[in-house]
Parts: sequence; C-alpha cells; structure tokens
Amino acid sequence: MNTGTLFIFLFFIVSIVIGIWSKKGKEMNLEQWSVGGRGMGTLFIFLLSAGEMYTTFTFLGASGSAYGEGGSIFSIVSYGCIASIISYWAFPEIWKYSKKHKLISQSDFMAKKYESQILGVLVAIVGIVALFCYLVLQLKGLGYIVEITSYGFISSKMAILFGALGVTLFVMLSGIHGSAWTSVLKDILILAIILFLGIYFPVHFYGGIKPMYQAIEQAKPNFTILPEHGMNLTWYISTIILSGIGMYMWPHSFPPIFAAKNAKVLRKNAIIMPVYQLILLFAFFVGFAAILQIKGLQGSDGDKILLLLSKKTFDPWFVGLIGGTGVLAALVPASLILMVISTLFVKNIYQVLVPTRSESQIGKLIKFVVPFITLIGVYFTFKGGNSLFSIAIVAYNFITQLAPPFFLSLMKKNFVTKYGAITGIIFGGVIVSIYDLGEKTFAQTFTHLPQLIKDLNVGMIALIINTLVMISVSLISKNSMSTNKKIDIVVEP
Amino acid sequence: MKKIYLLGFIPIIGFVIGALFSNKVTPYVLGMPFFHFSIVLWSLLTTAFLGLIYLFDPANKEEEIE
Repeated sequence: MNTGTLFIFLFFIVSIVIGIWSKKGKEMNLEQWSVGGRGMGTLFIFLLSAGEMYTTFTFLGASGSAYGEGGSIFSIVSYGCIASIISYWAFPEIWKYSKKHKLISQSDFMAKKYESQILGVLVAIVGIVALFCYLVLQLKGLGYIVEITSYGFISSKMAILFGALGVTLFVMLSGIHGSAWTSVLKDILILAIILFLGIYFPVHFYGGIKPMYQAIEQAKPNFTILPEHGMNLTWYISTIILSGIGMYMWPHSFPPIFAAKNAKVLRKNAIIMPVYQLILLFAFFVGFAAILQIKGLQGSDGDKILLLLSKKTFDPWFVGLIGGTGVLAALVPASLILMVISTLFVKNIYQVLVPTRSESQIGKLIKFVVPFITLIGVYFTFKGGNSLFSIAIVAYNFITQLAPPFFLSLMKKNFVTKYGAITGIIFGGVIVSIYDLGEKTFAQTFTHLPQLIKDLNVGMIALIINTLVMISVSLISKNSMSTNKKIDIVVEP
Repeated sequence: MKKIYLLGFIPIIGFVIGALFSNKVTPYVLGMPFFHFSIVLWSLLTTAFLGLIYLFDPANKEEEIE
C-alpha cells in the first residue's frame, strides 16, 4: 500500500458519503428521487448535464483517441457545440411539457406525445440495452484506472465490485441528489487534473504547446488534422451534424432536463456548455504529448496513454490522485445510468404490463430494482465478450434513430403519427445495424469512441431513410388515425 | 420564429462550412494548428451567440410574467 492508494480509497469513501448525505431531510418520493422534485438551479443542472462530458472517457478515450487517431477527435468538441445550440430551444420545450404531464423519463415523453404505449416500450427497451452497455464501459474504465494507478495493489475486479456497491448504496438512498452533489467534487477534481496535465506534459516534454505540435508535425505530417481518407472532411461534417442531433437522445440526458426548476436554467446551461467542454482540449493535449514519448500502443491500448504517461512522469502519490479522480469520473455517470435503467424498466415496461400498481408502489419498486441492475451490470463487465459489443452497436445505432420523431414532436403542429414514428425508428435502426455488424470489428468500435463515431456517418444515411419512412407512413396512416381519435377521447378520462 | 433566433445558425455554419477551409496545420494560432484553433474559436463564438440570443430572448420575459 502506498500514499496513492490512500487517495483512491479516500475519494471513494468521500464520494459515497457525499452521495448519501445529499438526501438530507428530503422526503424521497418518486419525483424527488428521479428528478429532484423539479427544483434544481443552474449549477446543479449544469453539472448533471455536463456530467456526460467528463466521465472515464475524459481520462481514457479522449486522450487515447488524440494519441491514436489525431485531428478527428476534435469532432467531439464540434458536435457538442451543435448539440448545445439545439438544446437551447429543445430543452425548455421538453421541460414545460414534462412538468405539465409529470413525466420522468424519455420513454414517458414519447409515449405521451404520440399517445402510444408501444412506442414508449420500444424507446425504453432501446434505452435500457444501450445504457447497460454504457454502464459496463464505465465499470471497465473504473477497473483499468484503479488497477493502473494503485500499481496493482487494488485489482480491477475489486475496484469494480466496491465501486458498484458504493454507487448502488447512494443511488438507492439519494437518487438524483446523490449524482448532483458528487458531481460537484468530481468536476472540480477533473477540471484541476486535466488542466494541469494538459499544460504540464507539453511544457515538460517539449517546452510548450506550439513546439509540441511542431515536433508531431515533423514526425507525422498532417496527423493533427483530418486525413485524406478514412476520417476525412466528409466524415467529419456528416458526423458533427448526426451526433449533434443524436447526442441528447440518450435516455440519461433527460433527468437533468426534468430536474430544472425553470426553463431559463436550461437556456443558461446551453450557453455555458460549449466553453465548458473545451476542457476536453487539455485531455487531447495529453494524448498529443504522448505520441513521441510512448510509441507503438495500438487500438484500445491507446486508451491507457494518460495513465501510462502519468506513471512515467510523476510520483506514486500524484498518480493515486489521478486514480481517485478517475473513480469519481466513473461513479457519477454510473449513478445516473442506474437510476435511469431502473426507472425505464419499472415505470415504462413493468407498469405497462402490470398497470395495477399505485404511484408510491412504483416509486419503491424502482429503488429496489437498482441492486439487481447493478448485479447484471457487474456480471456483464466480467463475463461479457464480443456478443456484448454487437449488442452495444445495435443499441447505439437505435438511440440516434429516435431523433426525427422526437424533435418533430416538439413542434406545435406535428404531422407524424405513432405508426410513422415506430416504423421509422425500426427501419433506420435495422439498416445501420446490419451495415455495422457486417462491416466492422466490434471490439474496436466499442472501446474506442472515435471508431464508434466513425460508424455514425452510415447513421446519416439511415437517419434520412428513417425520416422518409416516417413521413410516408404518417401520411398514409393519418386518415385512419383521425377516425381512431374519437375513440381515444372517449377512453381517456 | 423570432429574428434574433437566426443567430443560432451562424455557429452551426461556422462548424460545418468552416471546416472546408480550416482543415490545415498552418498557420499556428495560440500554439495550435489552425484546424484546432478554429474549432476552439467557434466553441467560444457558440457561447457568445447563444448568450446574445438569451439577452434578447422574449421567452425569458414571458415566463417571468407567468
């Protein structure tokens, strides 16, 4: 045991304590637990929705991709900005509608907008599958970070088990309040560490940012910009449009929207996000700095580059500090993912099948399901092989395909029918999945985000087909819908 | 649609169309290759334009009255 390992333990315990403490005196009914009673201010909403930016990906994937792929990694910054612009108008609309109808999940939203429980269930299933894969990714990342930064003192498996246990505990007790408060500590630490590393490495190894880039340019000409082939300009443009549209289609983007106390909070959030995500730039600097220092790491091994370069450069205590921060970077998003999976499962699938349960029973059930979800997540983290990767790809593809009916439902006069929405989503999702499963190696795609993003330009074609199918089915079914509508009105109380 | 909302298109055009002209290493600006600098610049401008829209956004005032 060394001082570094102490940091890892300390941060782990502190985050769990903060997570549990954050419920202080609140009566944890379902609305309080899942969306913070819709009363959160600018800072918390900001940290919760920015939480997506700063996960284990910041430590592993962002620097790893800069190291391995070069300039194409900057697409993340670009599509983050485009998504922010869309969110300036979309989030307040989502918030108003959800507050009026007391909605707490993305599936709720779609089901209500299109008056279709089947669509709600479809959205919930897609979300659950994708989020499980995302949970596994966070837990695997946690294992990597802790094992490397504790110099093998804590094994990857132990880290995953304890991390999962801790996060389950505070999610059950505090819900979204736990995620929000631990985010405060997490973001401060990540900001400080990434800023420091992103400046220190270029200065230490090259004497500055510009000399670093010049040295890379000499060794690997044009590595820092988009290449002629592969992830080229066409790929970049289609990717930033597609991912800009699809970024907020993830089900765990929704609780932070619902939790806002008013629409203004969400507009402010959209304004700050583009600047805040520039912190990623410093994670890229770390990856670029490593290119001439540690040579020859291939594929997903590149994701360990930040940790390896830190170990090469710093004392163990500082490496431990990085490791402790990495623990938080995994636990906070994992907590939100757990909440959302259990909500989708209980409220949007179970309750649809067994509709007799009361609201408070559902609220309790959602919390009791959390440990089982954690168990399944941990099981897949240890056992999941290539089959998991293919499931992940299918799920990721479907997520983006939710965008056309989702955004059109925000318009005042939406011509899309539930039949159009469902067939469009399935068409788009199936097309892009068939392409990906046939053409790509799944292992690479799953652990390496830009590889994943790379696939999304096929997603663009699928998205267009999805939209065309959606429009034509909607127009065809419109007539039958208008006769059905009379029956709906009678049925609804 | 309010006219001020049109400002939101400028950064999107900046990212999408701008990439056609900015994908090059030189000149270095702020130590970064031109491609990296241009994306950083457009990120800052995104915040600036959204901030500007917010200041003149009638929706903020309407909600206060509610």
